[in-house]
Amino acid sequence: MTETESWANVNLRQVGRPLARTDAPGKAAGKTRYAGDYTMPNMLHAKVLRSPEASALLRRIDVSKARALPGVACVLTAADLPDRKASTDIPGQTGKKKLATDQQVLVKERVRYHGEPLALVAAETQAIAEQAAELIDFELEPLPGVYDPFKAMRPGAPVVTAPDNVVGEHKVRKGDIEKGFAEADEIIENTFRTQFIEHAFLEPEVGLAWIDENDVINIRVATQVIEHFRPIAEAVGVPHNKVRILGALVGGGFGGKEDVTVEIYLALLAQATGRPVRLAYTREDSMFGHGKRHPFVITHRTGFTKDGRITAVKVTITADSGAYVFLSPYVLLYATVAAPGPYRVDNVHVDAVAAATNNMFTSAFRGFGAAQACVAHEAQMDEAAKALGIDRMELRRRNFIRTGDKLVTGHPIESAVWADECMTKAWEALGERTPDAGPVKTGRGVATYQQSYGRITWLHDTSEAWVGVEVDGSVVVRSGVTDIGAGQVSALGQIAAELLGVGLDDVTIYNSDSAVTPLAGTTTATRGLYMTGNAVRLAAEAIRGRFLARAAREFGVEPGEVDLAESKAFVTDRPDKSMAFKALVALCASEGVHRSELVMFRAPFTGQIDPETGQGRVHPDYAYGAQAVEVAVDTETGEVTVLKSVGAHDVGQAINPDAVAGQIEGGAAMGQGYALSEELCYEEGRLTTPSFSEYLIPTAMDVPRYQSIILESRSGLGPFGAKGIGEPALTPVAPAIANAVADAIGVRVFDLPITPEKIVMALRRAEAAE
Amino acid sequence: MRETETITLEINGRRREIAAPPNQTLLETLREHGYFEVKSGCEKGDCGACAVLVDGEAVDSCLTLTGTLEGRAITTVAGLKRGEELHPLQAAFVKLGSIQCGYCTPGLIMAAQSLLNETPDPGEEDIRLALSGNLCRCTGYTKVFDAVQEAAQVLREEESGL
Repeated sequence: MTETESWANVNLRQVGRPLARTDAPGKAAGKTRYAGDYTMPNMLHAKVLRSPEASALLRRIDVSKARALPGVACVLTAADLPDRKASTDIPGQTGKKKLATDQQVLVKERVRYHGEPLALVAAETQAIAEQAAELIDFELEPLPGVYDPFKAMRPGAPVVTAPDNVVGEHKVRKGDIEKGFAEADEIIENTFRTQFIEHAFLEPEVGLAWIDENDVINIRVATQVIEHFRPIAEAVGVPHNKVRILGALVGGGFGGKEDVTVEIYLALLAQATGRPVRLAYTREDSMFGHGKRHPFVITHRTGFTKDGRITAVKVTITADSGAYVFLSPYVLLYATVAAPGPYRVDNVHVDAVAAATNNMFTSAFRGFGAAQACVAHEAQMDEAAKALGIDRMELRRRNFIRTGDKLVTGHPIESAVWADECMTKAWEALGERTPDAGPVKTGRGVATYQQSYGRITWLHDTSEAWVGVEVDGSVVVRSGVTDIGAGQVSALGQIAAELLGVGLDDVTIYNSDSAVTPLAGTTTATRGLYMTGNAVRLAAEAIRGRFLARAAREFGVEPGEVDLAESKAFVTDRPDKSMAFKALVALCASEGVHRSELVMFRAPFTGQIDPETGQGRVHPDYAYGAQAVEVAVDTETGEVTVLKSVGAHDVGQAINPDAVAGQIEGGAAMGQGYALSEELCYEEGRLTTPSFSEYLIPTAMDVPRYQSIILESRSGLGPFGAKGIGEPALTPVAPAIANAVADAIGVRVFDLPITPEKIVMALRRAEAAE
Repeated sequence: MRETETITLEINGRRREIAAPPNQTLLETLREHGYFEVKSGCEKGDCGACAVLVDGEAVDSCLTLTGTLEGRAITTVAGLKRGEELHPLQAAFVKLGSIQCGYCTPGLIMAAQSLLNETPDPGEEDIRLALSGNLCRCTGYTKVFDAVQEAAQVLREEESGL
């Protein structure tokens, strides 16, 4: 590797520029094929039959009428595949032993949530498949269910996950919590509740499977994770190398396409019929078909000295994991680590638990537990500022964690902490305060956060990428990375173009194919750029090093004196001494200089944290930033209008500032929905809001012009010092809005979403108290 | 149920005879005939991802029965292209970073084109209203508003240059 040398030798020319993304023209022109846009000759269409009950026994299922319907190729129930289970727990996730919580692919006896799949149909047309699903006759015997995580942990509660419904637990014991509270002059304690929410990506889950001449089950699918070929292979009973996942550009993910969705159903139907099968979820299927964001109940007790220093933080977190484990223990861990916020706290006590219920299962969602934690810790800071008579931002400034300080897990933060810089800039960008207008009161809020980027360090995360230069000087990047809309792929192109001195147009990127692109890991956990960006950087640097050495010989100088840019190699202080990149490549090719490189980038590898104290290392690094908002609240109707919303984030180094701003603006909208309008409502486990006319995400009428401020500390672990922005962009938004609403009306709504009803009730209660 | 009927449509400037069952939506018809740029997001008229122009006006193709469109002109996002060149709306979406996952983009662009057909110089509120039936989960709409404004200006300049 020539890492140090080529680092010194790179003046950023492509990285850091707002280039048009490589994927944008195809999408604008309607040329891009998403996973649902592929068809095959002789293809069947599939449908999933789902349980209308949340807790029941499947007494009987009769598919004879469905099978007899002309045009039906196949109907599968658990009887056809009794041992087929889908893993919902990752080894090491819930401790040394895996929980026995694998889900039957199709219900065999016990229905645990509303929408759990009972049967699969494949037919000649979509209409026939749907008709056949309706002809399936089944009998469910309702069983007592449990729909509240607190009740689920009581003795005698219906058991959803044996033995006691507890599917995840984490603790932090840092410092001396008693001593910390004894030193406090003011103790603030509140309980916060967050709701189930839906990812609401615009592209519902979809895939197409076929079995090829080598008996490989090929699945073209909208997913964040092509590495699911492994659990899919295990679920359908074939070796790992007999399942191939081909991605496509994904129509939004946000964590909702992180778990397996349609893949196992497709594989089973393709196996059963020997024909290509397509399964496209309707919007309603999608509402039932993937895990949601965990509702949390967080009780936060914070001790402060009278000059505003935090002396102790005690947090209890209870999360509803729904009917299956999935990523609940991890989400809970992230919340545990993020619990005190971006503040230095020497005395911390956290007890976090996730319990199984008969609600929809919950799993990954942008912000991954840290978003819920932020709702609590940022409200606490504002409540404390009010009680102490200290400015809200000043109180935060007195407590921000600094580089070298120990996180809640005892591990020191090594990168820059620019929370203060971000908060200050975001606040300043709000400009003049909008005056009140009669019953419409304006208010302002700010929230800061600490969000990890990169996966948990004991998962031993790796990412591979291959970079090669063709003899004509054009560049190829191969990486398994999935692009879920944030420009993951284009950023890799920008990195390769930077290091090889070519234009972004000169780079072609092949991604998202488990058979032919090197495995890059998941597009989750704000890890894509950090992990795969580094893999591409290292691969391109290796090639760059060889090219520089060869060009140096040609020029009669040292390699350190040569640079690559604008498709040329040249001597840095004598630009007249140059050769076309293409000529250099041809020269290298003729001499057998290796023009490609396969690299594996490894995140820091650690063991697990101490389960009793939570001490150890959990993540590679953390990002910091802030959101500042101004809202107008109609105190008569409770209606909230977001007037201004500014996200300021230290992203380390922006690879493409337009793409970064896009993340910040999109996060601002998603967080606004989380704060104000979005809620999946479950009544006794039954989803009552399965469409976009009931589940309300922000529209063009609801949003302000979002502002984004990008700070670059160049202190991150990603390429060129990058950190990450995918999840951070969301995390502070809802708490900033909650703080702004409280600022506007003088009372706080502790439960998300902050609906007009809750605002009016809070105002009435406050009035009555006076 | 009535028999499948043959409907004559003009799709992206080309006359096509299309056999469509009476209960088939325009979304289904278009995708069945290879117009995959028309996206299905909800099939209930909630999200706007499937929007196309019918005689210059944006409609949700999932709520429109093909059989009602005899002789009408349909434009999808692919039909906006000017030969090899992107249409100014498409170019502005690309240039200003208004596209992320891109699944809602065809619908947004068609809704914007429908607006600009009627209102060449739209104000911000006009744009918001015109796009209010098109959900986007990635962008927060800010860069989408920017792109529509920029494209409107380019189109006005083209118009006045003629």
